[in-house]
Amino acid sequence: MTDTPFTIAGRTFTSRLIVGTGKYSSHAVMAQAHEASGADMVTVAVRRVNISDRSRESLLDYIDTSRIFILPNTAGCYTADEAVRTARLGREAGLSNWVKLEVIGDERTLFPDNEALIEATRTLVREGFVVLPYTNDDPIACRKLEDAGAAAVMPLGAPIGSGLGIQNVNNIRIIREFARVPLIVDAGVGTASDAALAMELGADGVLMNTAIAGAEEPVRMAEAMKHAIIAGRLAYLAGRIPRKAYATASSPAEGMVGR
Amino acid sequence: MKITLNGDPFELEAPLTVADLLARLAIDARRVAVEHNLTILKRPAFAETIVSDGDTVEIVNFVGGGDDLFLILDS
Repeated sequence: MTDTPFTIAGRTFTSRLIVGTGKYSSHAVMAQAHEASGADMVTVAVRRVNISDRSRESLLDYIDTSRIFILPNTAGCYTADEAVRTARLGREAGLSNWVKLEVIGDERTLFPDNEALIEATRTLVREGFVVLPYTNDDPIACRKLEDAGAAAVMPLGAPIGSGLGIQNVNNIRIIREFARVPLIVDAGVGTASDAALAMELGADGVLMNTAIAGAEEPVRMAEAMKHAIIAGRLAYLAGRIPRKAYATASSPAEGMVGR
Repeated sequence: MKITLNGDPFELEAPLTVADLLARLAIDARRVAVEHNLTILKRPAFAETIVSDGDTVEIVNFVGGGDDLFLILDS
């Protein structure tokens, strides 16, 4: 298989790894991790400015926006209205009309409320947004999001921050088969092999935050993830061997000394 | 006069433009979005929109995040 560029809504990215900006011990560590990851798209949250404490550093001081594309998200939104409002604010704060759309259905699992998500997607697409919705590993939800105009679909591998990896490998494979827009596995990645697996299943990209920011050595893990994404993509393009129940010898049967 | 600024009461002596309010708070207008009485303002409107007694203003910016529970905007 030949590779094709990683393109979403007409914009091409050099890296298939997308990373977040949350949970880092400092902005400086975050910047180093971003560098090590090779990512050229990062997600940010939209929140109130801290009026009373103006000494806080600005996140944007630590992101080179000439090289890195900023994707605002609607993290923390539990209704379509909240998510739409946050997306609109993100657009005005900013730098583009792109949004990583999250409408959360439950506090403990942070699973998406697909019904509200699809509604919010329709609204934002109508307003000219490029919508990248975080959803679950349900091929039907992904199809509905595509039909609603999403520029990509982003099924979770496992709950946000859980580090469980790809919980439903077969569903991700099925979503890959059905998807007519880029497929990005978003959430649940724990370590490098999880990211590689997502790419081996045919994902176009992987989005992660906690796996890197929460690692003991975030910068080193960011580098690991960079390689994992590349390795997984190459393995996918290379066409793996089938799985078999029994052995198939690798060495010739004839010419054995003593036989 | 009193307004609600980012969910909290805030005192001002007199009405002023959003642009002036941002300047007074030492906030870089290029890095924020502003909602005035539930209307999201386009940046050129900052210099024309007057903040008056009883208004509700939300000033947001980009912060690190993605997957934690943070305070959300109140309605």
